[in-house]
Amino acid sequence: MSKRVLIIDDEPLARMVVREYLLDFPDLEVMAECGDGFEGIKAVNQYKPDLIFLDVQMPKINGFEMLELLDPQPAVIFATAFDEYAIKAFEAHAVDYLLKPFSKDRLHKAVEKYLGQNPIETKKHTEQLLESPALSPSQHDRIVVKTGTKVKIIPVADVLYLEADDDYVSIHTAEGSFLKNKTMGFFEQTLDPRQFVRVHRSYIVSIPEITRIDPYEKDAHLAILRSGAKVPVSKSGYTKLKQVLGI
Amino acid sequence: MSTPTSTSSLKLDWAFAGCGLAWALLLTYIIHNFGFDWYTSIADGLVSTFLLAAACWLINNNLRYYQPGKGSYINLLIWCVSLAALVMAGSRWLLPFFNSNVAFTDFLSRSLIIRFFTNFLAIGWMAMISLVWYATLDHKENEKRKLEAERLARDAELYNLRQQLQPHFLFNSLNSINALIGFRPDEARKMIHQLSDFLRGTLRKDDQQLVTLTEELNHLQLYLDIEKVRFGHRLNTEISCDNQCGKALLPALLLQPIVENAIKFGLYDTTDTVTISIRGEMEDNYLTIMVQNPYDAKTTRPRTGTGFGLRGVQRRLSLLFARNDLVETHGNDDIFTTIIKVPQV
Repeated sequence: MSKRVLIIDDEPLARMVVREYLLDFPDLEVMAECGDGFEGIKAVNQYKPDLIFLDVQMPKINGFEMLELLDPQPAVIFATAFDEYAIKAFEAHAVDYLLKPFSKDRLHKAVEKYLGQNPIETKKHTEQLLESPALSPSQHDRIVVKTGTKVKIIPVADVLYLEADDDYVSIHTAEGSFLKNKTMGFFEQTLDPRQFVRVHRSYIVSIPEITRIDPYEKDAHLAILRSGAKVPVSKSGYTKLKQVLGI
Repeated sequence: MSTPTSTSSLKLDWAFAGCGLAWALLLTYIIHNFGFDWYTSIADGLVSTFLLAAACWLINNNLRYYQPGKGSYINLLIWCVSLAALVMAGSRWLLPFFNSNVAFTDFLSRSLIIRFFTNFLAIGWMAMISLVWYATLDHKENEKRKLEAERLARDAELYNLRQQLQPHFLFNSLNSINALIGFRPDEARKMIHQLSDFLRGTLRKDDQQLVTLTEELNHLQLYLDIEKVRFGHRLNTEISCDNQCGKALLPALLLQPIVENAIKFGLYDTTDTVTISIRGEMEDNYLTIMVQNPYDAKTTRPRTGTGFGLRGVQRRLSLLFARNDLVETHGNDDIFTTIIKVPQV
């Protein structure tokens, strides 16, 4: 059965190499080439590919951020020139990657590995990869979310607080709240601990936004934010908060 | 490094010996004038001077290895007084062995107070000279060490700055060449030549070397041409520089990191076509270079002194010209501007 493939890379020549190398696999049909993550998301929705070749460094949103916004996620073979953080993560989660410039043989190996793999297993690896906090430095200062069909980039400085919402995390900003399919644990590890504190199992709050901390019931507190929002603070959360604030 | 110190301390020794001899002659002459015979006068002159010289040597040696702090000058005074008293006591005890005549011993007893004070003055003077001398020596040594350390640090730093060759750029360029080889071998060959010329230019230049803006821009052109092959029609460049500023001098490879920065933010901050502009102008005695790139103000925080690239440029200019106000950045209307001023000597 033939497989549908997308090539997503911002450099035309880099896409050309992959396309050329793939000529040896008549079963792999290249549906489209995309020059950035936005085009990539559109093309994925349109063509429902089985496999994508994905560059890491791309304009506006990088390969990881694009992948986070895809549902369902196709199998991925990453291609990057030099990216020490990402390479560590690829290795840790057994997701295949190509280091540019790569040989035809190397690409063949990657494709054969993909063809021989159990798709459920592949998906699990990719999900685990996206949960690792140190994929790229840009993730420390922005969060990419999807609202309807649009992609929104939220600078971390605009975030008021984060709230757990079933399998998602709700990101509250002055402009409204946005859902992101990540865990609280991911944000707790990724965001700057001097600015964001997990004050509760279900809440991470931006320290500069807090105007006041009121006692609330037994052992618990409420953090009042500048926007007027009230965020519950657990007993251990209060200890962490006091540590960060130095009181 | 030890040679100048030992020659200068040898000079000090000779001066010391000369002063001692003069002192002995003067003393002998004075004693003789009081009506004592030459034998007694010479004995007094030599014995007193020898004792005084010993005291001076002692205090000098002491100060060579130990510089008193501000609070311990009183200790030094006590030392001088004690040594002066000791020298006086020595003369009083030793001289009667040479002449036990009542007239001389009487003279000796009566002159003790004046001997004490002259001794004190001489020793105090010696202490003062030693103090100043060794303090200056120390100071010079420190200054030299500091200069040396600064030079080393600067060299290392400039070396490191230079070593920030962008691996991304290199590997991606190789990847482009890899792609071209299959279908457009002539272009591949051309890109290999451009890349080699660019790398060679990066390696060959000396950090302290000044080049003309024209040379610098020629080197940058190689870089921009390679980037244009990589990014295709997405990247445009505008370079303007008149005859006059083309001859202006600037440190080699100064613009490279700024243009790299501009391309990085321009290309990765928007998905549209990007125009990078580089403009050179002469203003008073400064070569002013303005580099502009588009960016997205909504998602990119204002980057003051952005990233390693610009900090490196700032550091380099401040090392070379001892000024911190030569790099300026601002962003408005989605255009990020970097302005560099290079003083023309």
